[in-house]
Amino acid sequence: MKQKRKAVALISGGLDSMLAVKVIQEQGILVEGINFFTGFCVEGHTHAVRKKHKDKQKRNNALWVAEQLGIKLHIVDVVDEYKDILLNPVHGYGKNVNPCLDCKTFMVKKAVQWIKEHDFDFIITGEVVGQRPMSQRRETMPVVAKESGGDDLLVRPLCARQLPETLPEREGWLDRDRLYDFSGRTRKPQMALAQQFGFKDYAQPAGGCCMLTDENYAIKLQDMWHNRPSRNYELDDIIMLKMGRHFRLAPYLKLIIGREEGENRFMQGYKNQFMSIFPTSHPGALCLVDGEFKTDQEKQQALALVARYSQGKNAAQVTLTIRQSDGTEQNFTIAPMAPENINREWII
Amino acid sequence: MSNELHYVDARRLLCPLPVIRAQDAVAQLKTGDKVVVTSTDPGVKADIPAWCRINGHEVIDIKEQDNEIIITLCVNHKE
Ligand code: SF4
Repeated sequence: MKQKRKAVALISGGLDSMLAVKVIQEQGILVEGINFFTGFCVEGHTHAVRKKHKDKQKRNNALWVAEQLGIKLHIVDVVDEYKDILLNPVHGYGKNVNPCLDCKTFMVKKAVQWIKEHDFDFIITGEVVGQRPMSQRRETMPVVAKESGGDDLLVRPLCARQLPETLPEREGWLDRDRLYDFSGRTRKPQMALAQQFGFKDYAQPAGGCCMLTDENYAIKLQDMWHNRPSRNYELDDIIMLKMGRHFRLAPYLKLIIGREEGENRFMQGYKNQFMSIFPTSHPGALCLVDGEFKTDQEKQQALALVARYSQGKNAAQVTLTIRQSDGTEQNFTIAPMAPENINREWII
Repeated sequence: MSNELHYVDARRLLCPLPVIRAQDAVAQLKTGDKVVVTSTDPGVKADIPAWCRINGHEVIDIKEQDNEIIITLCVNHKE
């Protein structure tokens, strides 16, 4: 009996990897998915915490895609290993802080390791030649294949016919004629194929599933790197960059003020790690203080800002508590900061 | 065969970390064992059942108390 070949697919949760899997399944290959959690994946955190996103389904797109395709999904925590990729990318960054080429190479390398350990035959991705400015250019796609060690075990079903033949094609496990030759930035061929396969309601992230491609996030991350002695980071640091409004009052002092109930509740969990400020005379936001007050003026500014973002913003005075991370508390009463006194340069 | 009860504390973790923690626990266990995952991220209500459906495990109970979501699942490693 002919041996059933097995492939592992890099699943991001977007349409392209979904199509790539389906194309390969249609050729009788058993496919399982692998999804890497770098800490910078958009969904999950934001959707879970923010009420603003309540209308959106709280689903993990990678799990959803796997379920639509009827494949198993392995989610791998690569938060620690990923630090080196983000901090020292050999090929540099894209438009924001996205080290796409190094990132893709890293993920394919992890997949190569995975197929060896799990006795799978090859790897597939949803990449399309010319689709993305950094990692999916004609010149860079071979770089990913080579530097990852994926070589000819790496199949890109959506553009395979634009690329050299791979081992699964040579061995006759895959019929090259039934693979695709998509290229460029247009999404039309993908949409048409999605329709042919009957896919509806798929996510359309096109880079939007990664915070590192988000300009506002990149600014906050660069601010953190700039104002700390080391660029190294912990998972909590990069999650906090997604929470609240950020105000940098001094290189050693940043305020994070919750925007809504969900964020405030989430940030409560950090009260024993950070100094915090919260209003007691009015309902309002929780503020985490990343750093320290070196002057009384900084403390007054912080209190007035937090008062400004409380429901007492129009009151003459608001009473607030400053709580140290060890639990000691002190109360202050202050006038909320007038909007025109909020220094634009503080806002990150 | 004695089926064991295992606990995963995924409180304060945001999705997909609770799923990853549950997944890593399940990988060490045998069919019939039960895992109780405690989380605070409401996203788990969708994600853990989805992960179980995909991978063939069974969710036997979901309850919420004091802002915690407690999901009990039964491991099934059979194809
Ligand atoms: S968008 Fe993010 S996850 Fe995707 S390749 Fe670039 S850095 Fe990696």
